[in-house]
Formats: sequence, structure tokens, C-alpha cells
Amino acid sequence: MSVQFCGLELAHAVINGSGTFDVIAARRAFGDGLSGRFPFAAFVSKTITLQPRQGNPPPRLWETPAGMINSIGLPNKGLAGYLREDLPELTGMVGDPTLTADGQARPVPLITNIMGSSATELAELIEACDARSEISAIELNVSCPNVATGLDIGADPRQLEAVVRAVRGLTGKPLIVKLTPNAADVPACALAAEEAGADAVSLINTLRAMALAPGAVDGRPWLGGRTGGLSGPAIRPVALAQVAAVARRVAIPVVGMGGVQSAADARQLLDVGATLVAVGTESFRDPAAGASVARGLL
Amino acid sequence: MSPGPPASAPFGRRLLEVAGIEELGAYRILRVADPSGPEPAAGQFAMLAAAERWGGGEGERPFLGRAFSIARFSAGEAHYLLEDVGPGTRRLCELSAGEGIWVTGPLGRGFSSPEPGRRAILAGGGVGIAPLAILQDQLEREGTEPTVLLGFRDRPRVAGAGLLRGARLATDDGSAGHHGRITELLEAELERDPVAVVYACGPAGMLEGVRELCERSDVPAQLALEAGMACGFGACYGCVVPRRGGGYLRVCLDGPVIDGAELDHIEAHAGAPW
Repeated sequence: MSVQFCGLELAHAVINGSGTFDVIAARRAFGDGLSGRFPFAAFVSKTITLQPRQGNPPPRLWETPAGMINSIGLPNKGLAGYLREDLPELTGMVGDPTLTADGQARPVPLITNIMGSSATELAELIEACDARSEISAIELNVSCPNVATGLDIGADPRQLEAVVRAVRGLTGKPLIVKLTPNAADVPACALAAEEAGADAVSLINTLRAMALAPGAVDGRPWLGGRTGGLSGPAIRPVALAQVAAVARRVAIPVVGMGGVQSAADARQLLDVGATLVAVGTESFRDPAAGASVARGLL
Repeated sequence: MSPGPPASAPFGRRLLEVAGIEELGAYRILRVADPSGPEPAAGQFAMLAAAERWGGGEGERPFLGRAFSIARFSAGEAHYLLEDVGPGTRRLCELSAGEGIWVTGPLGRGFSSPEPGRRAILAGGGVGIAPLAILQDQLEREGTEPTVLLGFRDRPRVAGAGLLRGARLATDDGSAGHHGRITELLEAELERDPVAVVYACGPAGMLEGVRELCERSDVPAQLALEAGMACGFGACYGCVVPRRGGGYLRVCLDGPVIDGAELDHIEAHAGAPW
């Protein structure tokens, strides 16, 4: 049985978290091993920004109890580079037919994740994505400081509502708002996104976290970006609480994620109201983790 | 020089069995039975994690897999050189024959064979000598005998030299061979005959010394870098090193073997701190 999500028919309920699976890199590493065995029912791209970004200086990673902190800094080729170089490589992917109840191999829709630090930037990103038929849906990363206020756009319901409202009319494609967990009232943010016209919300993004340089006695941070985002099973109970609270508050579909390692973990997020579940950090430990989760949900 | 033929890894981690583990001074050689896996190119690596009790060590870790160069591949076994430096390597060092191990790989780009006319010099330091062993095997099969220079900190680690054949040694404490740095041996070699390619792997400080010396001597260097990695297959963008001229290279995907000319400087924090 396929899953309906914002008008898209997906082979199953498991997708990837943005920035945790790179199709182009995976093809280089696994070659033909990936074709026809794509584990996710839709592919969510890394965050694309208007201008190219190099990302944060290393070190970018730290291992924590049952998780990790990343401070990658959203390296990407920028909108023009993404559309020109990456988009042709991200189309035509076929999902693993053994992960579907009917054994059918389905094409894998592409969800492009974007971030902009102003409404003007976002408008340009959304209009460009809207014009490309290869892109099935747009996910808005709002874990981004407002250039004027310095506050995360997604942490303030009023600001979030204004941003979503400003760009909603620019595309007819499904618009997913990826909520930040680093907010005082996450369900209020979800409701603001819904009222502004979002078709779905996804959560949780990583939790802001820090690690000190080994052996340092001066409080020096280890990560080149000073702080980073905590992910992995360490944050799973936080994800469950926030997904449950958001699903109770909004009527639009919820994509639940945060520390999912198994079908049982995914099932819990579905049980509290998620329509889809994303696998993120676990794909680092096993590139085919998404397939194990989807298979276990059959 | 064409890059070493990169073997594609099977998609997903594979549950394999430990064939055995042997002491080599301060190191262990972990042998993993992999009868149906693809043959790796010299310089490629794999992500390893014990199938049981991966977690619950120091600091409630390890969590992520650990990247190891493939030190040797023969008779359906992949060999890895381990040194107990943290919760991940400690758990791997405790493995015994018959236990399960998760393996993703072989991954990354390996070494390229030397241009005709250039001799190969292998320069390794500490546990970083591992990929030079499989490279020595390959070069000897191709009919060339590389010069092997290995550096170690102290006596218990010198035993690691047994992984390769015919090595000349340097030690920090003078317990074997030249009392000093491997780069001093390398410099003398390059003065004697600079028509060479240097293949190096070791701690960041040593690699930076090799890189700088080769640049100064106008000798090509292929440097196998170490980096803390979350995934090993280009997904996390966590293992980057600065590329000469701007931007970053992913050690897992663009390396781990990177042409010295592509790097300005190898940072001291490069390597896996966990």
C-alpha cells in the first residue's frame, strides 16, 4: 500500500532527513549497487541557498553518548549550481521494490530543501524550484538567523508565519516547513506555519549543542562553527515529544524524525501522528538503514 | 597517473565475521573474513563497528563507525591495523574470532601507481603504516620494489614494522633505527635520488612534514589522510580538509589518498579525536 503525502503517492513512509544522504556521493561510493535499491520513498536534498557556501571550517564533527554533533554549515553549490549540475543527477531514481507492499518499483520524488535569510532570497529560491518539473515538493529550512534580528526565523511563530505567508503564493508545489526544535513553543510554530499555508511540517531538526576541545582547559570549543546540532538516538525522546505535540495541534501532515534507528522507532512516531518518518543519522552508520526501517514497517 | 581503480562497495553495511586478531607489539591486526566482498584498491578504507556492544564504553560511546585503511587483502580476508586510542578502537581490539563485525566498504580513492621511471618511496608513521602494506603488495606484484621508511614513537610500537617488508626505521625515542623523524630519512632519500613518488600515511604532523618536504623537493606526494568521519561515503560532509585555492575536499570521497599538490597545509586537528 502506498502512502499519500501532500498529493504525492509515495511507495512507503520512510524518507531521508535533509543533509544526511547524498545521492551523487553515494553513486560514487556504491556504484550500481544503488540503482533500483534506493531506500527512501522520496529524496530530500541538502539545504540549497541562493549563493554557494563553503560550509564551516573543520572540525565539523563530534561523537556524543548515543549521538553526534555536526557543525557542517550547509555547504552547497548555490541555487544556480544546484539546478545546473545536481538536479539532472537527482532525477530518475527508482525505489527498492522490496520495500513496498505490492512489490512495485516506483520513481522517487525529489524534495528540494532551501534556506534564505530574507523574504527576497526565499522568493527567488522558491520561484526557481517552482519552475522545475523535476522538483516535486519544497522544504523550507527555517533554522536560519534573520539577517536583521539575528534570531532564528523558525523560533518565533510570528516571524515564521510572515515568512511562510510571503512565499506561499509563489509555488503550487507542496511546501513543507522544517521546524527548529530550538524554540520555546514548537507547536505554536507549527500552527503558525499551517495558518500561513504550509502543506506539511517536518521535525525535529538538530538540537543546538557544543563540545569542548579535548584536553582544553580554557573552554575552547572543538567545532569550527563553535556550536553544532545534536542528532542520533540521544534526541529520540525529544523528537517523540515534539512530534506528538505538533501532531495534536495541526491538521496538516507531519514528517517525524529524530534518532530513528529501527522500524519500532519509526512506528512510535507514526503512532503519535506522523504521516512520514525520516531517517537521518542512522544512515551514516548504515547507508541502507532507511531500507531496514521501511522493510520493518511492511 | 590514473587513480587507483576504485572498487565500489556493496550498498549498505555488511555483517561479517572476525577471522582472528593478532598482537603486533602495541598494535593488533584484525582479520575479517570477507570471502564475497570486492577486492579493494590499495589505499581504500572501510567503516567498522562491532556487531555487539558498540556503545556503553568510555563516555557511553562508541556510536559511529570507525574508518580504517585496509592493510591487506588476501585469501578472502581483509586485515586492519588497530591501536587502542579510544572507546571505538578499544572495543575493536577486544574482538575475537567468530564475533560479528559491521563493515561498510571498500570506500574512497586509493593510491595511483608511479609513473614509469619514478621509484616509489613509502613513508609511514605509527598506525598509519597500514595502507602502505597493501600498497607494497601491489607494487611488488607490478614488479617494482619500493623503498620503505617507517617511523614509530617507541619500542612497543616498533613491532608494527613487521607489517611491511624491508623497512628502514626512525623512532622518536631512539629505540630502533634512526633517532629522529621519518622526514629526515625521507629527505636523505630524496637528496640521493629525487626521481620518485612518495606515498605517505601517518599522524597529521608527520604528513604535513612530508607534504612540505615533497613540495620543496618538487616530488609528487600521495598522502593518505585520516579524518574523523560519521559516514565514510560522502553524506555527512564532516571529514573535510581545506583544498589549496579554496573550498574543501571530503577525505572519504575525494580521498583518503589526496595529491599533496591539492593541499596547502594539513591541520594538526586532522585525524579522528575519538
